[in-house]
Amino acid sequence: MVSENPHLGNQPEPLQEDSDTRPLSMTTRRGPRSLPPIPSASRTGFAEFSMRERMREKLQAARSKAESTLLQEIPTPRPRRFQSAGEKELETEFGAEPGEEAQKTEQEDDSQSRSRVKFRDSVRKIKTKPPVPPGFPSAEEAYNFFTFNFDPEPEESEEKPKAKNRDGTTQEEEEGEEEEPPVQGIHKTDEQLLISATEAEAFLWGLDHTAADFVAVRPADYESAHVRLQMEKELLFVPSRLTVPTYKKLPENVQPRYLEDEGLYIGTRPDVPRTCQNIMENRLLTQEPGRRWFGDDGRIVALPNPIKPFPSRPPVLTQEQDFRAELETLYKKAVKYVHRSQHMIGSGDSPGNFQLDIDISGLIFTHHPCFSREHVLAAKLAQLYDQYLARHQRNKAKFLTDKLQALRNAVQTGLNPEKTHKSLDTTQKTINEYKSEIRQTRKLRDAEQEKDRMLLKTIIKVWKEMKSLREFQRFTNTPLKLVLRKEKVDQKADEEAYEAEIQAEISELLEEHMEEHEQKMEAYRAAYQQWKAWKKAQRAKKKKKKQAVEEHPEEEMGEPYPEEDPVKPVPPEPTDRALMEHQVRERAARSRRRPGEPLLVPELSLAGSVTPNEQCPRVEVLRREDVKRRSIYLKVIFNDKEVSRTDSRPLGADFRVHFGQIFNLQIFNWPESLTLQVYETVGHSGTTLLAEVFLPIPETTIVTGRAPIEEVEFSSNQHVTLDHEGVGSGMPFSFEADGSNQLILMTSGKVSNSVAWAIGENGIPLIPPLSQQNIGFRSTTPSSSVHVVANGRIPPFLCALKRADAISSIGTSGLTDLKKLAKWAAESKLDPNDPNNAPLMQLISVATSGESYVPDFFRLEQLQQEFNFVSDEELNRSKRFRLLCLRSQEVPEFRNYKQIPAYDREIMEKVFQDYEKRLRDRNVIETKDHIDPHRAMVAKYLQQVRESVINRFLIAKHHFLLSDLIVEEEVPNISILGLSLFKLAEQKRPLRPRRKGRKKVTAQNLSDGDIKVLVNIIRAYDIPVRKATASKFQQPSRSSRTFSEKHAASPTTHSPTHSADYPLGQVLVRPFVEVSFQRTICHTTTAEGPNPSWNEELELPFRAPNGDYSTSSLQSVKDDVFINIFDEVLYDVLEDDRERGSGIHTRIERHWLGCVKIPFSTIYFQAKIDGTFKIDIPPVLLGYSKERSMIIERGFDSVRSLSEGSYITLFITMEPQLVPGELVREKMSDVLKKFDSQEDEKLLQATEKFQAECALKFPHRQCLTTVTDISGKTVFITRYLKPLNPPQELLEACPNNPQATAELVARYVSLIPFLPDTVSFAGICDLWSTSDQFLDLLAGDEEEHAVLLCNYFLSLGKKAWLVMGSAIPEGPTAYVLTREQSHYLIWNPCSGHFYGQFDTFCPLKSVGCLIGPDNIWFNIQRHDSPLRINFDVTKPKLWKSFFSRSLLYPGLSSVQPEELIYQRTDKAAAAELQDRIEKILKEKIMDWRPRHLTRWNRYCTSALRHFLPLLERSRGEDVEDDHRGELLKQLGDYRFSGFPLHMPYSELKPLIEAVYSTGVHNIDVPNVEFALAVYIHPYPKNVLSVWIYVASLIRNR
Amino acid sequence: MAAAGPSVFLLMVNGQVESAQFPEYDDLYCKYCFVYGQDWAPTAGLEEGISQITSKSRDVRQALVWNFPIDVTFKSTNPYGWPQIVLSVYGPDVFGNDVVRGYGAVHLPFSPGRHKRTIPMFVPESTSKLQKFTSWFMGRRPEYTDPKVVAQGEGREVTRVRSQGFVTLLFNVVTKDMRKLGYDTGPSDTQGVSGPSPLPGLPL
Repeated sequence: MVSENPHLGNQPEPLQEDSDTRPLSMTTRRGPRSLPPIPSASRTGFAEFSMRERMREKLQAARSKAESTLLQEIPTPRPRRFQSAGEKELETEFGAEPGEEAQKTEQEDDSQSRSRVKFRDSVRKIKTKPPVPPGFPSAEEAYNFFTFNFDPEPEESEEKPKAKNRDGTTQEEEEGEEEEPPVQGIHKTDEQLLISATEAEAFLWGLDHTAADFVAVRPADYESAHVRLQMEKELLFVPSRLTVPTYKKLPENVQPRYLEDEGLYIGTRPDVPRTCQNIMENRLLTQEPGRRWFGDDGRIVALPNPIKPFPSRPPVLTQEQDFRAELETLYKKAVKYVHRSQHMIGSGDSPGNFQLDIDISGLIFTHHPCFSREHVLAAKLAQLYDQYLARHQRNKAKFLTDKLQALRNAVQTGLNPEKTHKSLDTTQKTINEYKSEIRQTRKLRDAEQEKDRMLLKTIIKVWKEMKSLREFQRFTNTPLKLVLRKEKVDQKADEEAYEAEIQAEISELLEEHMEEHEQKMEAYRAAYQQWKAWKKAQRAKKKKKKQAVEEHPEEEMGEPYPEEDPVKPVPPEPTDRALMEHQVRERAARSRRRPGEPLLVPELSLAGSVTPNEQCPRVEVLRREDVKRRSIYLKVIFNDKEVSRTDSRPLGADFRVHFGQIFNLQIFNWPESLTLQVYETVGHSGTTLLAEVFLPIPETTIVTGRAPIEEVEFSSNQHVTLDHEGVGSGMPFSFEADGSNQLILMTSGKVSNSVAWAIGENGIPLIPPLSQQNIGFRSTTPSSSVHVVANGRIPPFLCALKRADAISSIGTSGLTDLKKLAKWAAESKLDPNDPNNAPLMQLISVATSGESYVPDFFRLEQLQQEFNFVSDEELNRSKRFRLLCLRSQEVPEFRNYKQIPAYDREIMEKVFQDYEKRLRDRNVIETKDHIDPHRAMVAKYLQQVRESVINRFLIAKHHFLLSDLIVEEEVPNISILGLSLFKLAEQKRPLRPRRKGRKKVTAQNLSDGDIKVLVNIIRAYDIPVRKATASKFQQPSRSSRTFSEKHAASPTTHSPTHSADYPLGQVLVRPFVEVSFQRTICHTTTAEGPNPSWNEELELPFRAPNGDYSTSSLQSVKDDVFINIFDEVLYDVLEDDRERGSGIHTRIERHWLGCVKIPFSTIYFQAKIDGTFKIDIPPVLLGYSKERSMIIERGFDSVRSLSEGSYITLFITMEPQLVPGELVREKMSDVLKKFDSQEDEKLLQATEKFQAECALKFPHRQCLTTVTDISGKTVFITRYLKPLNPPQELLEACPNNPQATAELVARYVSLIPFLPDTVSFAGICDLWSTSDQFLDLLAGDEEEHAVLLCNYFLSLGKKAWLVMGSAIPEGPTAYVLTREQSHYLIWNPCSGHFYGQFDTFCPLKSVGCLIGPDNIWFNIQRHDSPLRINFDVTKPKLWKSFFSRSLLYPGLSSVQPEELIYQRTDKAAAAELQDRIEKILKEKIMDWRPRHLTRWNRYCTSALRHFLPLLERSRGEDVEDDHRGELLKQLGDYRFSGFPLHMPYSELKPLIEAVYSTGVHNIDVPNVEFALAVYIHPYPKNVLSVWIYVASLIRNR
Repeated sequence: MAAAGPSVFLLMVNGQVESAQFPEYDDLYCKYCFVYGQDWAPTAGLEEGISQITSKSRDVRQALVWNFPIDVTFKSTNPYGWPQIVLSVYGPDVFGNDVVRGYGAVHLPFSPGRHKRTIPMFVPESTSKLQKFTSWFMGRRPEYTDPKVVAQGEGREVTRVRSQGFVTLLFNVVTKDMRKLGYDTGPSDTQGVSGPSPLPGLPL
């Protein structure tokens, strides 16, 4: 088109615009040809929007200028548009095109068909668009409209470009290629507007195209399975599982090599199945023919190479493209360095504009490998000269000389007495001080002078050496030249001064020596006196001794010989003046200039000339050339990172390098370390790190300009040997021809530098704030950091630093240390393969290679300290924190602590008091509660065991089982299903209704008063009856009974002792029952006769401890229900018989007859207790007797099996019924099973099986196979049974009567206090202790008693078994069964009683299993009552044995000790305890009678006290009558009621409780008197039998 | 005393159990209770509640609306153990047995203001297929021994659950003296819920 050319004339302006808007139009210029041909788009771009205002202005300007020309020159087919065309040009130039671009991208997403329609719409719109000039509101409308429509255009970029390209290319061809892009753009958009006529065609074309593209009809692809398999075979590779032969995995002709055999360390290979390995090997062999995956031993490499510093696998680069992709540089935006660890700047500080200026001025080598010998000497000389200069400048000798002079003057004046006004004392003192100072100063001065002289001498010597060397080698290398300047002195004056000095010195020394001599003389005199005295004494002694020996010759031997004879002192010698003078002169000659000798002043200059190269020998030339080849540069390392480096400067012939560079380090961390690394480049070969120089971090006061240039020394330990004149480094060389006197010099030098803080524009030094310094680390002084290098020892401040942060310190200071370490490692020949050495080896490898150090530790919480908002101490001091901690640890005192106060100040100190006290008392044994120290100890121990068990329980409590969390119905088995089906058919109202269980209440939402204990007292049998006034009673009725008679199994026929005193029908006894529980007392009405029937229900409230009704709390309730039977006695107290007609005046007294004690825990676990219990009646009941005879006479004996004692029928339960803690117990046993066991796994499985079988048959029978011992391990139960020796004392008591012995043993066992496990280990579990533990603890429950008793019986040669069953009132318990000749006996181990098998009153009600020392038999008989079963365990039909033929007894060893050792109990202690108990009980009784006077009848007490041992001896039998007679004799005119109580002794509280429950103290007869006696009989092993006799006496009138 | 600096802070929550989405079930009721730490004590309001039985709405939403109010005030000295509300939803199964349909728990919101919470609900699964069948047949699905289990993390590893349904809760929280005791629960965020929701129970 011709029309384009004029546009070029317009160019300048648009181009300018273009440059303005370049960022926007950039994309356009990239590909103008791909522009979509939508004219509208060019106008509706968003850029237009933003540009509109500007365009408007431009348009105004442009219009006037271009309007006329455009009008004529554009031959447009649409004449009415020409105006707008001009506008378009401009528009597109500054921004419409980006709009197009944006649109294009948008267009790509949409469906084709829709776009087509829309496109047409738009096209139409464009066409119909009125030619409004842009910038007018209509453009906005159009914009909205078009964008809305064009959004979903997809194919634009593909199809339109094609169409347009065609057009475009033709256009361009016409236009010519050289057109500039913007112009092209103008042109094109212009054209786009114009070509709208061709567009329709293009669309049509596009439509056709797509149609053809998308329709294709093909049959469904199918390949037969066979073909597919074939194809897959080609494609897929299935590695074989067969083992690969070794030769394939190794290179040809190579034998496998086994490193283990060679003694190298090989780690354990990971456990991989053989087949997997085979598959992998096959795969590797096929895929990668190389064998790098196979080790020397022909096995696949499975372990990291221990020698490799970084474990790695061979790089996997499969495809080339990937490889390239990996190498591609990615642009990443610069990320601001995040400061690591603590060197952060606080948020308040201005971030990081701090600057450190490092000025590196130069470097001087004090030794370099290229030094020639002369250089070495020159360096030495220079060094010495420097030293000399330094000394000269300080001139210490002169200073000291002056000082000495001054001091001498002072002494002179001080000695002159006229001149001093001070007191003599002070003067003397000061003079003495002066003198001592003179001495000091003189010594110092002499040393200094000597040093000066030595230095001078050395300098001269070195210079001479150098001169000789120069002469020898015939060339000079160094310009050094030493000139000695002589200063003339006045000889005479000098000599005088010299002499005077010497004289003064001598006189002083003399004085000194005199003083010394004086002192020595003094000492000598004293010593001599002493010696003399001793001598005298010695003589006297000798004399005496002689006499003594004569008198007592034997005594002499024992007498201690005096240690040492004092040596006779030697008097000191006076000093010799001549000798001293000689010494002084000699010293002066050595250290001082001789008088008259000229003063020598060395001057070192560089005035000498160096021999030019031509005149030098070849080696020297080589050396010089070598030096020239070398250049040096320094790297500046800041915080272990290289920040900059100096230019590389050649090494001068004088081995000085001048840098003169200043580095400004912009930092924002407090610098940790600042290091310069000295690198040396030799020729073009490479650089070596010569040394590191640690620069000190400047003080904050040091700022640029004020910093002095400092010289920091460095040294390197590199070893260099050179083949020319250079002496090398670290290599021995010698100046002597014969090679002696070798020297080893290391490369070393000095860097002169200065480091300072920069000063900002406003004069503020750019130093990081001080707060950072406190946290950050500073390697402070130059000496210290250089020190590290120098001696490889870490100075203490660095150690502290290391402790604080290993990362930062290792980087700076560790390296040199490591080098030493490496050396050591090399010497000690560590096995580098052993992983134990791995960290060490890695450290060393890193250190020796000089690479950066990679720490092989990873730290969590490295910022922990930052986040601590208070220090730990402060935190620990917080009471609230402590309280929270303790609660979280579930410490008992705080376990349920509620509402911990919000502030410390609200927490009282006393909260912790209990806890602290407990902690304190843990090891202190308190004897207050437990009188007997051993018991106290045991109680303490029990407490500890309990704590540990509870702790374990608490841990276990956090271990959940599914059943703890989810209630799920059991899967019903067939029988239950059948039963439930049967139930459906059941009658709704059965004729014989069955009792329904009471509703159980879970214990959580209960409170005080909700729970009641119901005690139903039904009847009693054989209550003792009163006897008539005792005076008549003299009949010993049953004194002749024997033990054999007591065998209840054979009903004894008692000779009816008839007492004529009691007429029939007379009330013998009026008993009533009083139940006391938790100090609440209820009683029944009074019934009459020895066989009363009350049938009354008593209700007692129950209070749980602390109002805590949780299961575990209820289980630990230790209270007992006391059921006491009293006799109500009416006494006529009428004084006067005459009043009998008019009034009744009686007094009611009650006399205790006996009691039954039932622990609450039993009630709780049993839910109900129903049965007849034996009443615990004291062996002696004064005033009462058991008059069964009458009943027998009446013929009841045939009905009832007669037994000793009285009985009471009770029914006890709780209302509401509580869910017993069984669940917890069961669970705990489950938990405990999780504790380990030492039993054989097979055995444990067998036990489970056995138990499951038994439970299936008889779910209610107790079957016990394993128990938990005191350490929480599961133990097979038979291990507890083993013959154990009873105390010898018991065996000797009745040597001829085995039955008596057995009873005695049973009694002994019963005397060990009973303590239920449920109480001691509240709600936790049954723990079985072995017999020795039991005896040590002196407390245990049924099992322990039974085991001990059973073991005793076994040792007595009886056949004995443990019976696991249930009894009343205990519930599930353990008894002992023994087999006598013809019958079986059942022993209650806790009471010591025994019963025949057929005794109806036997408390054992059911038998679950029998346990012998080698087997367990489970009762599979129909009945389980001992009355109805056969105890013959040999019958397999009746007893299922655990070990049988199928499972033989493996011979389990016992857990019991070999033998029990019994200590005799201390009788004295027992007696003491007895007195104390008596005293305490008396006090208690008086306390219980606050309103009455309590009188004690001493006479009676002593009588009782005499009687108690008797009772013990006869074990409470058969003494009643004798005793009664005796008492009556003594206390004839007293009405007496009283009884002895017998208990095992555990602690004091039960005794008090028992006495209280008898109610003796309740008698309030005014003239009552009391008697109380206590007797303790000690049995071996601290088993104590306690007898308490309480009685009340009323004087008969 | 209040002037001298409080020693406890108060958290008052009222709101309601608005609605539930249980696509498969109908005629559900829910129970709620609170689980809180040892330092917390309820001072007013009901700690537990059991709602009416509600049936599904007949429209598309099938929402189960209870609009069951919650109103409780706690006092505490320590944010540890912040109260959680535990919900359990029950309803009849095909045999008419009352079975559990979901458990869920959520902490009461910390910041004062109006908060809406939608809790996903879940039920424990049977341990075996047979169990599942029998429990379905017997109408005794596995349940938690105590619904409060869902508010604690301990022991959950032994259970398996299946999620079903959502319950939407609305809380209005007022705190007192929290800031004075040094606990800043942030600015009151009331943007979470804009005004009273006209149609509760629509998490969709």
